[in-house]
Amino acid sequence: MAALLEVRDIHCSYDHVPVIHGVSLEVNSGEIVAILGANGAGKSTTMRTIAGLMHPTEGSVVFDGKDITKMPASSSIKQGLSYVPEGRRLFAKLTVRENLELGAFTNADKNSVQERLEEMFELFPILKDRAGQTAETMSGGEQQMCAIARGLMSRPKLIMLDELSLGLQPSLVEKVFETVAEIRKRGVTILLVEQMVQEALEIADRGYVLQTGRVVYSGTAKELLDSEEVRKAYMGM
Amino acid sequence: MSNFMQVLIDGLLSGLLYALVSAGLSMIWGVMDVINFAHGEFLMVAMYICYWLGFILKIDPLFTWVASGIFLFILGAVTYRWIVKGSLGKAAMAPLLATFGLSMLLKNFCMNRFSPNFRLLSGTLLDGKTFEFCGAIISLPQFVTGIFSLIVVAALYWLVKKTRLGWAIQATAMDKEAAELMGIDTEKIFLLVFGLGGACVGVAGGLMTTYLAVHPEVGGLFSLIAFVVVALGGFGSIPGAFAAAILIGLVESFTGFYVAAVLKYVAVFAIYLVVILVRPKGLFGW
Repeated sequence: MAALLEVRDIHCSYDHVPVIHGVSLEVNSGEIVAILGANGAGKSTTMRTIAGLMHPTEGSVVFDGKDITKMPASSSIKQGLSYVPEGRRLFAKLTVRENLELGAFTNADKNSVQERLEEMFELFPILKDRAGQTAETMSGGEQQMCAIARGLMSRPKLIMLDELSLGLQPSLVEKVFETVAEIRKRGVTILLVEQMVQEALEIADRGYVLQTGRVVYSGTAKELLDSEEVRKAYMGM
Repeated sequence: MSNFMQVLIDGLLSGLLYALVSAGLSMIWGVMDVINFAHGEFLMVAMYICYWLGFILKIDPLFTWVASGIFLFILGAVTYRWIVKGSLGKAAMAPLLATFGLSMLLKNFCMNRFSPNFRLLSGTLLDGKTFEFCGAIISLPQFVTGIFSLIVVAALYWLVKKTRLGWAIQATAMDKEAAELMGIDTEKIFLLVFGLGGACVGVAGGLMTTYLAVHPEVGGLFSLIAFVVVALGGFGSIPGAFAAAILIGLVESFTGFYVAAVLKYVAVFAIYLVVILVRPKGLFGW
């Protein structure tokens, strides 16, 4: 069976400065896959390229059997590919409910949007209490929940979660990762970018380690957790 | 007392018109960070459309504001597509200078075609009609224009605040990239916003021909006032622009009557200066 997402040897640059030098990766349906690495390794750039916010200079991105290499971000969500960007990027002056409804912007059917809202309120009960509040008035953890829920509103086949743990207190980090596992149970495939290597590998099936724009290690989560190099370089052990 | 009422109502009616003239400018700035320097000339084009439709085809501006509104929607969208879009993301001044160029083009085109003469429609349906209210004599064309302005600005506000499309417009204004991730085609939103901005000033210009003369320089003063209103209200805030427009209308009319007619714009711009110095984000800006 072909992979749900297949990234083939992509090269990307910002203002003609190359930052990704040939990254390939695969995500199969139902998996949680983690992209790991230090700051500036090219993790977010890889995600942004898959999402269509930027386009690779070489290589291709195939999603669900369709070449989406040149597709703009506003179209790739219609293919079932959702991206929760780093830093949450909620619409600060809009309410939680408005943020969530925009997550389902490509779906015009009112009943279906309402149904999805209910689903999200069930998954994240706190958001129900906050529905009428503007996003900027929530705590960091609540905002992260809201961002994930917004990303799920389009009922994606694959959701990409970029640095979920960033700026959250440790107790919340654990909770967010539990939520990720719960989302997979609901049939959504997940691609994670994370600096918290240990925590990410505990819930992931497989992982890719990026270093200065290249994949340096890849394997099952267990292999990576057991690997001497990975432990030394990224977990400080 | 009746003097006071008269001045108050005149001020309110001017304010309502300013609100409609400014709404589009405010929205374009709020969503795209672009100042449309040709805004006043858009107003002039709308006035010429309704003037000529009234003069040649004898259709009253009470109806032709629909035509000028639609035409200016198209002109706004075309301006975005052919002039503004290419200048975005370059030097910060590029869109400003590009629209400034357009304003010169429109002004001089009309000067060349229609001469600098003032042209006022006569014999329109509302021409010269007045009614009395609490001792004040209210000009019917000005009153009708004020009411229409109120309706259009309220509709625009409703669109932005209460509809999914409006949320998409706000989302695009707050974070363009995140909006694209929601599946919002931000290019289309920009086109629409420029179109709506044009349509507002198109409706305003159309209605103004019921009582004001059109000439190639007519946009100048109105766009200046619109810039003041938008900056005073807080860039991008429709309720802010509305409140500021009413304030400007009242200041203008009270100063004009109780101080001296020649000083009314001095007062308007003095208030503007004070607010900008004390509260640069405007009275209602964030």
